Amino acid sequence: MCGAVKGGLSLDGVNVAKEAVIQGQVLRGDQPVGNAYVRLLDRTGEFTAEVPTSATGHFRFFAGEGDWTLRTLAPQADPVDRAVHAQVGSVAEVTVALS
Amino acid sequence: MTRENSLVSAQWVEEHLDDPKIVLIEVDEDTSAYDKGHIKGAIKLDWTTDLQDQVRRDFVNKQQFEELLSSKGVSNDDTVVLYGGNNNWFAAYAYWYFKLYGHQDVKLLDGGRKKWELDSRELTDELPSRETTSYTAQEQDHSIRAFRDETVAAIGTQNLVDVRSPDEYAGRLLAPAHLPQEQAQRGGHIPTAANVPWSKAANDDGTFKSDDELRQIYTDAGVDWDKDTIAYCRIGERSSHTWFVLKELLGQDNVKNYDGSWTEYGSLVGVPVVLGDEKGEA
Repeated sequence: MCGAVKGGLSLDGVNVAKEAVIQGQVLRGDQPVGNAYVRLLDRTGEFTAEVPTSATGHFRFFAGEGDWTLRTLAPQADPVDRAVHAQVGSVAEVTVALS
Repeated sequence: MTRENSLVSAQWVEEHLDDPKIVLIEVDEDTSAYDKGHIKGAIKLDWTTDLQDQVRRDFVNKQQFEELLSSKGVSNDDTVVLYGGNNNWFAAYAYWYFKLYGHQDVKLLDGGRKKWELDSRELTDELPSRETTSYTAQEQDHSIRAFRDETVAAIGTQNLVDVRSPDEYAGRLLAPAHLPQEQAQRGGHIPTAANVPWSKAANDDGTFKSDDELRQIYTDAGVDWDKDTIAYCRIGERSSHTWFVLKELLGQDNVKNYDGSWTEYGSLVGVPVVLGDEKGEA
């Protein structure tokens, strides 16, 4: 898919120094899952944003600094929660493995 | 309005896929989602090019809307069923937009594209063909659209419902967290606005919560059911989802969507802004 590069989707045109990026890929085994939904929940568990994964299973959020939870929903899979810490000026990479 | 005449289930849609008087329309934040597969027979509306004026910050005018729907093959007496990703976020915006221009019979597919996909229901690449029509729109119904001056006047007198995430409400984020945060306007919220994130109205699978659960959520946030209400977010899409809940599911009178929302209000000179998690004073 367009923009699918190692380590996540292209960040061309985004000033990463000002952003707290959380990104990654959803996998089932070693296969990318292109029809999953990844939700970003804040430190209180409140929904903040949701994105569908790309054809290569990738997703990205521009979060604030702090602790977040990624909740991944996909067909024929139980939801998977992953804790992640975001920091301005850095990119937090997360791989979500579906059972 | 009630849930029965503004929402349809995925099962209902499957049973009506071949009904020519029912027009399925996909409207997604990700405008390429339709091209990756859509519900059989569904047409696509692109919220950035089809529904927005390409010069001014405003909607397409009545004549442009008529031309759009005519070219897409939508008739005035068709039942329009809207669906999209992200809990029907942009589909709810299109629903409000269709109501703004007076379309009579509009419904949302409960759960939208996400529920459809999570259920492993069929998507197709096949593009539908519909005969062009001669669609006639009504003048915009401003009883459901709020502008900036009435929003400022509503501070401390009407329900203001800020439906963004708590971090956007408090000014810690300037945009939803899947979008870059560089913005020109100030962070924060309109004084006295209650923060009820739009997503509280939806279950994880994107379907709407029950009427009782919904009423409790807004009551707990301090919404006074005897007052008029203005909902806002960043650009007016998420607040369309809340407008749908309050007006169409719960049947509340006098609910408006302020589509200028925070990108307008947060750029105004001379208006009050509250930072932090408290509502603030009028």
